[in-house]
Amino acid sequence: MGKNNRNKAEDLNTVPFKTRVRPYLIVAPSLIITIGIMIPFVMAIWFSLTNYSFKLPNHKFVGLKNWVDVLSSGTFWNALLVSLLYGIISTVVEMAIGMGVAILLNNLNNKLSKILRVLLVFPLMVAPVTATIVWQLMLNSSVGIVEKLLNVFGIFNFPWAASPNTALMTVVMIDVWVNTAFIILLVLAGLQSLPKSPFESAKIDGGSAWFNFINLTLPMLKPSLYIALLFRLMAALQEYAVIFALTKGGPGDSLMSLSLTAYQTGFRFQKFGSALPYILVLWLIVNVAAKQIVKRQRAAQKQAAGLEE
Amino acid sequence: MNNGKKRLGYAVQNLLLIIYAVFALFPLIWMFIISLKSDTQVFTTTFVFTPTLSNYKEVLLRSDYVSYMIDSLIISGGAVIVSVIVGVPAAYALARYNFHRKEDLAFQILSFKFAPEILVVLPLFMIYQKLGLYDSYLGLIWVYQLISMPLLIWVVRGYFEDISVEIEYAAQVDGYTWYQIFFKMLVPLIKPGLVSAALLAFIFAWNSFTFPLILAGREIQPITVAITKYLGTDTAHYGQLAVAATVSAVPAMIFALCIQKHLVRGLSFGAVKG
Repeated sequence: MGKNNRNKAEDLNTVPFKTRVRPYLIVAPSLIITIGIMIPFVMAIWFSLTNYSFKLPNHKFVGLKNWVDVLSSGTFWNALLVSLLYGIISTVVEMAIGMGVAILLNNLNNKLSKILRVLLVFPLMVAPVTATIVWQLMLNSSVGIVEKLLNVFGIFNFPWAASPNTALMTVVMIDVWVNTAFIILLVLAGLQSLPKSPFESAKIDGGSAWFNFINLTLPMLKPSLYIALLFRLMAALQEYAVIFALTKGGPGDSLMSLSLTAYQTGFRFQKFGSALPYILVLWLIVNVAAKQIVKRQRAAQKQAAGLEE
Repeated sequence: MNNGKKRLGYAVQNLLLIIYAVFALFPLIWMFIISLKSDTQVFTTTFVFTPTLSNYKEVLLRSDYVSYMIDSLIISGGAVIVSVIVGVPAAYALARYNFHRKEDLAFQILSFKFAPEILVVLPLFMIYQKLGLYDSYLGLIWVYQLISMPLLIWVVRGYFEDISVEIEYAAQVDGYTWYQIFFKMLVPLIKPGLVSAALLAFIFAWNSFTFPLILAGREIQPITVAITKYLGTDTAHYGQLAVAATVSAVPAMIFALCIQKHLVRGLSFGAVKG
């Protein structure tokens, strides 16, 4: 539908100069506003090569010193590990639960599923900082209900965010609580837009439900799944608010991700120049991952289009 | 036999769904319950208690919480208005015209969504202090464009693409100018999509944390930043903490209910039509 329109729109462009410039003029303000914000982005690369600090009156070029210092420090590798662990674990868990729940909602076309389709979106609308508070009220050992529940099973004072061993699990759980709904919504939309005819012919051929799922549903769902993966993984690798609000990166350095380390180095330790390599590395990872996922998404889309015919 | 198996499967599926629903929804219910408990009953009771509005009174009347909400409203509302004014025409251009490097441009706008917020914010902190934009409404509304603008452009573009070009041709033949066609015909047609995209952009902006944390904080404090104050102090006023959380979450949930049908499209930036 959309593509047809665009092809027809070409005819519009064969006419006057005024019409030809119009699109650029119309897009320009939005670009000026957003690119104005992106200038800092280029500056970040420059400042990562200086000893800029809020404490010093001037700054000077120091070459790759910050980069060498950062990349040779244990702090960096720990931060990289935390970011990757957080990003990958939360995305995988969210994708798995989200797909499962979406398939259940789609299969069970009953009252329960219709109500839940509306209600399950709520956590996604809660700010990450607020979500952290919601879970503190749940997990807190004096007012939390989870503690009371665990007491029944003989577990007392479960540490949650207070111990380095369980802190990552706790923040991932909060992330899962907030963001699984995103995957559910996208997969559900994908499931509901699947064409009917391939499934009807499969029914005549008498394939099992599992066979149909693997050979029909999954390949046709793949484009939506890649979109969900793209948005989730990009956001999870950079997650900042949940960790900051819950423990500020602690206990110890167990949750000091790249984002948090950059924030701390830049603002608490006032070492602006050496804060930037952390975050530039993160940007590089995010960019490369995004390109890979987009590439696969396009391939999956072609494959799915083939199946529909 | 087969029938019994089917019924068991149906029951298991329902059960799994209910388990997930409890995980997703109970924390919100619990937050609401705690918000109604008095400071002593928070510790002594679970589900049976005497509800009180004292926490709401304390937070909404006797603290600056309402002024934080107004700050959030001004910044998020302002950001969305700017995005609508500037973004809707841009979305139209990206949907209708074929021009040099169009897709590159569109992707460039989307890629702002993936830029790590901290990376943008570190140098911006410095620039804002020099320009006097630090801790100002204008500064925050500007940086919030990174949240609201890509969303608006990508979603609204999809709705424009769904409108047939023939309608525009017909109106042109009838002698309407481009501006008349745009405002009298196209805008009403995309209105549902536009309103949902704007509301979703508002929710994202309302929930934003990193930008205001670093670029504001003294004069201007949106709710997400202000709420961390309730977190830090361990004064055991859990009821008030719950109220603060409830009050910040409820508007977004109500908006989400209003735009249900368009949520998928908005959340996936138009990539999934839903």
